[in-house]
Amino acid sequence: MWDYTDKVLDLFYNPKNQGAIAPCEEPGIAVVFGEVGSIACGDALRLHLQIDIASDKILDARFQTFGCTSAIASSSALTELIKGLTLDAALHVTNKEIADYLGGLPEAKMHCSVMGQEALEAAIYKYRGIEIEHHEEDEGALICACYGVSENKIRRVAIENNLTTVEQVTSYVKAGGGCSSCAAAIEDVLTDLYKEAKTLAAEIALREAIPQPPLTIVQKITLIQRVLDEEVRPVLMADGGDVELYDVEGNTVKVVLKGACGSCSSSTATLKIAVEARLQERVLPTLVVEAI
Amino acid sequence: MNIIYFDNNATTQVDPIVLEAMLPYLQEYYGNPSSMHSFGGQVSKAIQAARSQLASLLGAEDSEIVFTSCGTEGNNTAIRAALAAQPDRDRIITTQVEHACVLNVCKQLEKQGYTVTYLSVDRHGQIDLTELEAALTGSTALVTTMYANNETGVVFPIEEIGALAKSYGAAFHVDAVQAVGKLPLNLKTSTIDLLTLSGHKLHAPKGVGALYVRRGFRFRPLLLGGHQERGRRAGTENVAGIVALGKAAELAQQHFQSTTLEQQLRDRLEQGLLATISDCQVNGHPTQRLPNTTNIGFKYIEGEAILLSLNQYGVCASSGSACTSGSLEPSHVLRAMGIPYTILHGSIRFSLSRYTTAAEVDRVLELMPPIIERLRAISPFNSDRADWLQDREEALASK
Ligand code: FES
Repeated sequence: MWDYTDKVLDLFYNPKNQGAIAPCEEPGIAVVFGEVGSIACGDALRLHLQIDIASDKILDARFQTFGCTSAIASSSALTELIKGLTLDAALHVTNKEIADYLGGLPEAKMHCSVMGQEALEAAIYKYRGIEIEHHEEDEGALICACYGVSENKIRRVAIENNLTTVEQVTSYVKAGGGCSSCAAAIEDVLTDLYKEAKTLAAEIALREAIPQPPLTIVQKITLIQRVLDEEVRPVLMADGGDVELYDVEGNTVKVVLKGACGSCSSSTATLKIAVEARLQERVLPTLVVEAI
Repeated sequence: MNIIYFDNNATTQVDPIVLEAMLPYLQEYYGNPSSMHSFGGQVSKAIQAARSQLASLLGAEDSEIVFTSCGTEGNNTAIRAALAAQPDRDRIITTQVEHACVLNVCKQLEKQGYTVTYLSVDRHGQIDLTELEAALTGSTALVTTMYANNETGVVFPIEEIGALAKSYGAAFHVDAVQAVGKLPLNLKTSTIDLLTLSGHKLHAPKGVGALYVRRGFRFRPLLLGGHQERGRRAGTENVAGIVALGKAAELAQQHFQSTTLEQQLRDRLEQGLLATISDCQVNGHPTQRLPNTTNIGFKYIEGEAILLSLNQYGVCASSGSACTSGSLEPSHVLRAMGIPYTILHGSIRFSLSRYTTAAEVDRVLELMPPIIERLRAISPFNSDRADWLQDREEALASK
């Protein structure tokens, strides 16, 4: 039996903003769409955005969805949430906000909200000309063949939503919900994540406790890379951004801000707070971070 | 709101006559049938009467009937009993489209060292007897297949399957949960050694079923304990349920002719839907099918959304698709038939009963087109018959 909130049912029976947005010739206006999902999964969403180029604002958002009740309701909710927002602000919309807007979704249906968030990213990245494959998880090893879910995606969603069990991963990204032969592999990814978090914490504690001999340049770069990958990037990615290490010269760390961060007006703050402070704390207090 | 019930392969309404027959055994005749006193003896007689009623429907002898709790218990017992009786054989043959209570037992048996062959089905859901014959060997202990499929209603040629199994000395078990009461059976002249049925599929309540065990078949019980059911299924009997099953069997026999009527209504529904809705197809065999079942796939949309839309009007149907079943995997039956994903996810099963009326069929025929239209208007696949869709379908097929 379906355990849906009234809001889910209402948006399923009377969806708002359903349909496509026709291409627009008007100067200053851009129309773009992003799509996610697959036939095999039984869920797919195409999100259309009409954007005011000067202000970077979403003037209109519409959706076309192939999927169950909660997929349709989540898509509709998403369009309601992002209309009027700037693209940067829209990139901050999380799957959790979509679910909250609906008054909650059954856990087994949380993947519908994740799909909404991903379609939004897909549309905005497309508009900004950012190759989604590079931001996205396609590079990582494929864990779930049934639903085509990679290790990176599982890691990202697990970090963002604090997932600790295979069942939760299945609810959020479907991985493991088919033949379930990948359950052990998902378990391993989660165990690794947990272990990484623990070793990192332990290392930091250790570094803080014992005076360290100066780092060699290789050690320094490895450590910087590690902190960026494990601590900084997940946070930025949750907000639709990303960062890449470009070079290290002495104590100057050069990075490339990507995704939402690249064009974000507050990127200097991001750089100082999220990246530099973290690297100073974890690697060397004298580090300076610069964006190139 | 009036319920319009098209989900009889899931469960059926208890027939009022059945209810009436069983009630006394929940009230005044509460004795234990195993007791020595005559108060219990009366109850024991009621069980014997039910046994005869059921045996008569199946064309079996009373002593060949073992009452169980459900189809799952029957199938588990039958498979394990057959294997225990032939410890020198280690091969099992079944099909890809069996119910989970057969497939999951087989999967576990594989872990215990048995070799299991899962016969494929064609796009109509039918198996190929030459594939069966090729799989049979002198070490095949058991062939276990359904009589009729729960999702599509496709009927297997059980006597041909049985004859082949026998020629290799294998035991033959039939899961007839969906077929009993809808298709003719005469176990006296049959090749079937073991046959499972479940009460709630034929207008008895849930929690009672039966296993037919051919006389002389070597049998190892699953449940051990008292001497009930001649030691073949220990445990105090579900007396009211058994009485109900007996009565339901008697009624099924009486109503046997009326399945023609059911079939007419099913055909009216099926043809009506095909005629008024574009891009849909029947999943299943055109003729070798249960008279009460139709499984129809609607392209470009998803089954749960259709079901919830129908639910708004009190119409109960079922979907083989991922979303409703709790698991995310689309129907293993439709997948085994090679149904494309575009249709697979939008497949709905309507299963009728002798209570279904023409008015109900017409109501569904009136409700469905706008529901399908509305959902297709939301779907991205419908709007452009997307290249997107084609590409992905092809990519999946080539995987
Ligand atoms: S491989 Fe993940 S569910 Fe099948």
